[in-house]
Amino acid sequence: MDTTAQHKVETARPEPSSSTPSASPRLTLSGISKSFPGVRALHNVSLSLYPGQVTALIGENGAGKSTLVKIMTGIYQPDAGDISIDGQAATLPSAHAAFGHGITAIHQETVLFDDLSVAENIFLGHAPRTRFGTIDWRTMRKNAREVLETMRAGHIDADARLKDLGIANKHLVAVARAMSIDARIVIMDEPTAALSMKEIEELFLLIEFLKSEGKAVLFISHKFDEIYRIADRYTVFRDGEMVGEGLLKDTGQNEIVRMMVGRNVDHIFPERKPKIGAPVLSVSGLSHPTEFDEIGFELRKGEILGFYGLVGAGRSEVMQAIAGITRTSRGTITLDGKPIAPKSAADSIEAGIVYVPEERGKQGVVIGLPIFKNVSLPSLARTSKSGVLRLAEEFALARSYTERLDLRASSLSQDVGTLSGGNQQKVVIAKWLATAPKVIILDEPTKGIDIGSKAAVHGFMAELVAQGLSVIMVSSELPEILGMSDRVVVMREGRIAATYDNKGLDAETLVRTAAGIAA
Amino acid sequence: MKNFFKYREIWLLAGIVLLIGLISTRFPGFADPANLRPVFNDTSILMILALGQMVVILTRSIDLSMASNLCFTGMVVAMLNAAHPAIPVPALIAIALLIGLVLGAINGLLVWRLNIPSIVVTLGTLTIYRGATFVVSGGAWVNADQMSPDFINFQRVAFLGLPVLSWIALFVIALFFLVMTRTQIGRSIHAIGVNPTASVYAGIDVGRTKFIVFCISGMIGGLAGYLWISRYVIASVEVANGYELNIIAACVIGGISIAGGIGSVGGAVLGALFLGIISNALPVINISPFWQMAISGTAIILAVVLNARGERRQGRIILRKAEAA
Repeated sequence: MDTTAQHKVETARPEPSSSTPSASPRLTLSGISKSFPGVRALHNVSLSLYPGQVTALIGENGAGKSTLVKIMTGIYQPDAGDISIDGQAATLPSAHAAFGHGITAIHQETVLFDDLSVAENIFLGHAPRTRFGTIDWRTMRKNAREVLETMRAGHIDADARLKDLGIANKHLVAVARAMSIDARIVIMDEPTAALSMKEIEELFLLIEFLKSEGKAVLFISHKFDEIYRIADRYTVFRDGEMVGEGLLKDTGQNEIVRMMVGRNVDHIFPERKPKIGAPVLSVSGLSHPTEFDEIGFELRKGEILGFYGLVGAGRSEVMQAIAGITRTSRGTITLDGKPIAPKSAADSIEAGIVYVPEERGKQGVVIGLPIFKNVSLPSLARTSKSGVLRLAEEFALARSYTERLDLRASSLSQDVGTLSGGNQQKVVIAKWLATAPKVIILDEPTKGIDIGSKAAVHGFMAELVAQGLSVIMVSSELPEILGMSDRVVVMREGRIAATYDNKGLDAETLVRTAAGIAA
Repeated sequence: MKNFFKYREIWLLAGIVLLIGLISTRFPGFADPANLRPVFNDTSILMILALGQMVVILTRSIDLSMASNLCFTGMVVAMLNAAHPAIPVPALIAIALLIGLVLGAINGLLVWRLNIPSIVVTLGTLTIYRGATFVVSGGAWVNADQMSPDFINFQRVAFLGLPVLSWIALFVIALFFLVMTRTQIGRSIHAIGVNPTASVYAGIDVGRTKFIVFCISGMIGGLAGYLWISRYVIASVEVANGYELNIIAACVIGGISIAGGIGSVGGAVLGALFLGIISNALPVINISPFWQMAISGTAIILAVVLNARGERRQGRIILRKAEAA
């Protein structure tokens, strides 16, 4: 079935490098599969973590990294596959069980308790007791100081409130907690995302310390320089499958990029003959105090403009600013030659710009309302007359757009909550189209939906631009970006890194630009 | 979802019928329309108040100040009537609506502009409005003999077999039904309760909508202020003290989710009627007020259990989608 070249999948266990203290893996996951309704998140993946070594888990957004972390920490149960710890078969039926096996995860935003002290955070759930069964505060503080000392983090006051610490120090506390429960497997899920350069250096020292203590570390990051700096091994995931693993010292960056992006052609994108006209939307110098800076681009009539970048590159934030949901500090937005300054989503909708948000459940559908009320929600100003609803108009509007999108539902009065993910997405798109926009911004339009629904969404996008609409498509899926866009804007760290014409553009260029790797 | 609402309201209706049946076994005349009409009339004020509270709760907010608003507005119109008996009752009702609107708008502005949780805002204004009643009245009462006959009798006039008070309640019920099902603001109220984030993206101004619902509950509080004072013919600082909890209880029994987004006009009306029947019937059949409170309390808990079951069913759908995303 899988006909693409499997780069560097090593069938035999790789020989440990000479510096490693142990040859046998501490944790082995093999043949792990996990599906959610309509989505195959992981298929037959394997991962091994070795004591005293850092393994980097690399993959695009949606490759299945987070799902795997949730399986390792007992939050999700795999549909199939085996887990073994120190060579013994194990199950992780709960977060508590994973904790008991010494598996601990340190997340991008640390999951600790802001209003408790450092010592309490370190010992929560396993605090030392006095002989009366009450918490032995003195021992707890002393132990906390000791743990922090051994980590060379003695500058952290064990009595300080956690909320008074910076993110880097919070990471240190999280690690101290891991040390205090004698964690043997430490998962770091994008720990550097919110850190400064100096703090990253401190974190790396800490990881070196964990290595020297014989901990097995899983390091998840999008940043290649960090991976090469700190990790010994790598495992690459793509579309929920493991496509390569090995030692980093034997593998170049470009080889890993190729593993990340090479893929099966399992999806045909619609043929389009783009008829691109004059600029419709021009953005220049758009800036936000914290999220993005000096964003400038043009969107032309009948064009699909792809926005690619890593998570956190600021793509959604730019789009939300254009859609009037967040404010900007500087910059101009011009629609059809007229400058606009949307102060609310209603302003943007009125002007002809709609934003279809990424989180379908939270930001898109209103579960509990029937389909037709969902579709008409942003168009109520048009379908109502002096504030009085006209249900017949709403129904007609909903019918015409849901039919165009081939929505499968028994009736338009059906609650959207009863629809499949793909059909919910169609309702969301119908709802925005019904506002008769000039520019439609789709943020991850096919994230987490099945192949059939993806094809329908893509087909409809092609139809829209053919009718003269202009589309901005924010996507982290390379095939989608390459298959649908006329031009691609790549963002990195809140700025536009490059804009490409999608002629002979290849995935590796995009990944390199997004990650900041020189060609 | 719609079917589920119906389902829940039908259960409540069945409960009310059962309750009337039970009472009839002890007091045969109870189910007689001639007897039920006064029960309805007696519950009218609670029904009106429950509807005002319902729109607030639907938006994930709460208005604890309604009873204090009622007390203040009632005192002001009673004092006006005592001082200037010539002011016609419709004008006094208009003044009551206006005062209520101002008090509600204060709540609404604090919630909207300062982004303070409504439970905190209205807990504060609950005390302030009652305190203000003391300030305007100097602690004095306005008694029946100070009120004009028109002031007292307006709501008692029979029209087509029902007193005006009942007609006002029916009018308010119809108005709320139309607003909730046939107007843009009604749809917005519902939508922001179900999913505030999605509503923002759809161009609904969540803050302004919340402001509007507090204005509505304020006007209702003001209207109820006149109706209450002219019904019980006494205005004092103690009027409707603690009654905000009865209003919320009526909403909860009526299947309006405290978490917002779920609830209907029919539910609020039936919830109020349930409480009204209990408080009217139990004394008649010689059941102590203790049992009255126990039955109301049981009904509240039962309603919350039913609500929680309904919401859990909905929650699972969201969870599944969240996982798939």
